[in-house]
Amino acid sequence: MIILRGESMSKQLHEIRAVKGETIQILDPDGNVVSKELEPNLSDDELRELMRRMVFTRVWDQRAISLSRQGRLGFYAPVSGQEASMIGSQFALKKEDFILPSYRDIPQIVWHGLPLYQAFLYSRGHQHGGQIPEDVNVLMPQIIIGAQIIQTAGVALGFKKKGEKRVAVTYIGDGGTSQGDFYEGINFAGAYQVPAVFVVQNNRYAISVPVELQTRAETLAHKAVAAGIPGYQVDGMDVLAVYTVMKEVVERARAGQGPALLECLTYRYGPHTMSGDDPTRYRTNEELSEWEKNDPLIRFRKYLEAKGLWSEEDENKVIEETKEKVNEAIKQADQTEKMTVPQLIDSMFETLPAHLEEQKAEFEKAGE
Amino acid sequence: MAQMTMIQAINDALRIELERDERVLVFGEDVGKNGGVFRATEGLQAQFGEERVFDTPLAESGIGGLAVGLGLTGFRPVMEIQFFGFLFETMDSIASQMARMRYRSGGRYHSPITVRAPFGGGVKTPELHADSFEGLMLQTPGLKVVIPSNPYDAKGLLISAIRDNDPVIFLEHMKLYRSFRGEVPEGEYTVPIGKANVVQEGKDVTVIAYGAMVHTALKAAEQVKKERQAEVEVIDLRTISPIDIDTIVKSIQKTNRAIVVQEAQKQAGAAAEIIAQINEKAILHLEAPVLRVTAPDTVYPFAMIEDEWLPDAKRVVQAINEVLDF
Ligand SMILES: Cc1ncc(C[n+]2csc(CCOP(=O)(O)OP(=O)(O)O)c2C)c(N)n1
Repeated sequence: MIILRGESMSKQLHEIRAVKGETIQILDPDGNVVSKELEPNLSDDELRELMRRMVFTRVWDQRAISLSRQGRLGFYAPVSGQEASMIGSQFALKKEDFILPSYRDIPQIVWHGLPLYQAFLYSRGHQHGGQIPEDVNVLMPQIIIGAQIIQTAGVALGFKKKGEKRVAVTYIGDGGTSQGDFYEGINFAGAYQVPAVFVVQNNRYAISVPVELQTRAETLAHKAVAAGIPGYQVDGMDVLAVYTVMKEVVERARAGQGPALLECLTYRYGPHTMSGDDPTRYRTNEELSEWEKNDPLIRFRKYLEAKGLWSEEDENKVIEETKEKVNEAIKQADQTEKMTVPQLIDSMFETLPAHLEEQKAEFEKAGE
Repeated sequence: MAQMTMIQAINDALRIELERDERVLVFGEDVGKNGGVFRATEGLQAQFGEERVFDTPLAESGIGGLAVGLGLTGFRPVMEIQFFGFLFETMDSIASQMARMRYRSGGRYHSPITVRAPFGGGVKTPELHADSFEGLMLQTPGLKVVIPSNPYDAKGLLISAIRDNDPVIFLEHMKLYRSFRGEVPEGEYTVPIGKANVVQEGKDVTVIAYGAMVHTALKAAEQVKKERQAEVEVIDLRTISPIDIDTIVKSIQKTNRAIVVQEAQKQAGAAAEIIAQINEKAILHLEAPVLRVTAPDTVYPFAMIEDEWLPDAKRVVQAINEVLDF
């Protein structure tokens, strides 16, 4: 079941919704096109780039998991399984669009321009991980679940007031849609008709709690109804579907036609984070293997292979490229200067009040 | 007597109270099947069922409001906030609602609620997991605030908290969860809320601490003893609201010198309150100013540097020496 409202909803999407009344899908798990009319108009290079990014992200995730096990990374939330939802949605953005991510949404902000080594520094708990370069339009990952949703309405309202043709895009999990901030954020966005897009990555679990315990709503896309904004449910393992619907709602937002909510049905293969979560406590291996059959990379690879756009050689090249890039980024992270407490104190205010100057001096003295 | 970690002692206390009083309900994020992210509620849902021990949707404001409502209908909610850094999402329920219920209704209603939450530094968490926000609780009339430093106290204090008819904020330092075991009697016993514990007697200087800093204070005390044969009295507050000022004053009457150690930032908070009360009640017994060892007044630091930021034994020794040499 997908949702609703919006005379402004593009004819195509409107039709597909009306006709099928189900999750929007373009590629089935075998890579066959099931909604020809929705197939996006992407060039061969763009299609290959989508695949490259998904493979890169998968390999990077695997490396990050093992680095984390070796104690060479800090806090890390695995992403494998969610590549289509993450990569497909970000691919629909322009560089000037602004992303407000949660802790798991590192791939989107890296593909939006954050240098990889800074993502690693963020994981390790280094302040420089959050020092976003001037020309990169993302916020640091949000730890407080839901906080980014209402801020997104604020960023989007800012764009609207300044007459900038930019879109604010945020991500949240299924669990996060239970937060008051989530409802407030989508409601504000609707009330002000701002250029915001809310991507709900429904990976079925909030740590151990299944989505069925979060809500009795039929879908999370339904939550858009009360906010008076369009909501779509998309097969989040299908990168083309995610991209297509995202592109549609982002461009509509950019054109001043208001916000939208996108629910991507997906799954996280790994643990919630690398800090001791054991998924076997709350989900079965059978369920995991069922979802692995829907794998976004397999599906898109088959689609591209049939078009003659992807080969094993291409894949291996990306794998090698990723390993190299990850190694370089780790090296750069290793070489980043250590933080000091006086530096942290300095970053509290534009001008330090006297008591902080005093505390800073104490630390400087102790460090000598 | 069993040897238990603090997390086991907490689990034991919850089990005992769930068993003893069917009005007790345990709920929060991931507390059911998963047994909590630290396993504090391990096995409880299996033993007592989903009616008594249950997961909530992901919304701390909802968890707090639910607790208030269940309290109004005769239950004794033990709500878990997964990390105390998420306090602000539930702050309205705690500060504006449960803390005022008795007062607002002239005693007609009350909030027999225990708010359990892990907190505390040194375990390399992401942001807003490790912060010591207990000072905000101290400034909220109507709340009791308990912070155990060891397994024995954790069990006895948690049982007291659950049996208390007013809201108790029960904060569990993450670093203490599994770092050591202690003797814990089987079955029920209570440790009174509002009563400090002199964990080490001494005649030269009093060190007042709570939570993980009790262990830092003990380490510093040992070093001071070795270096200059001074005898340090260490007080574990155990409850920081209300503060057991009598035990502190008694100690200062003997030692005439004191310092307060807290993991939280310096400005306001428990140490400031303790020193203010010492000033009111024992100033004529003092031979040196009462110093504070605290973290600096910044946001809780990024994980890579938290060990340098957190107060350590070295800084405690320095402060002890300063008051001894005053
Ligand atoms: C306000 C707040 N409450 C609780 C947490 C702890 N926590 C971190 S992730 C998580 C589950 C989130 O699940 P979901 O929103 O479905 O996103 P996912 O992790 O699956 O991507 C919880 C409870 C938090 N970080 N912030």
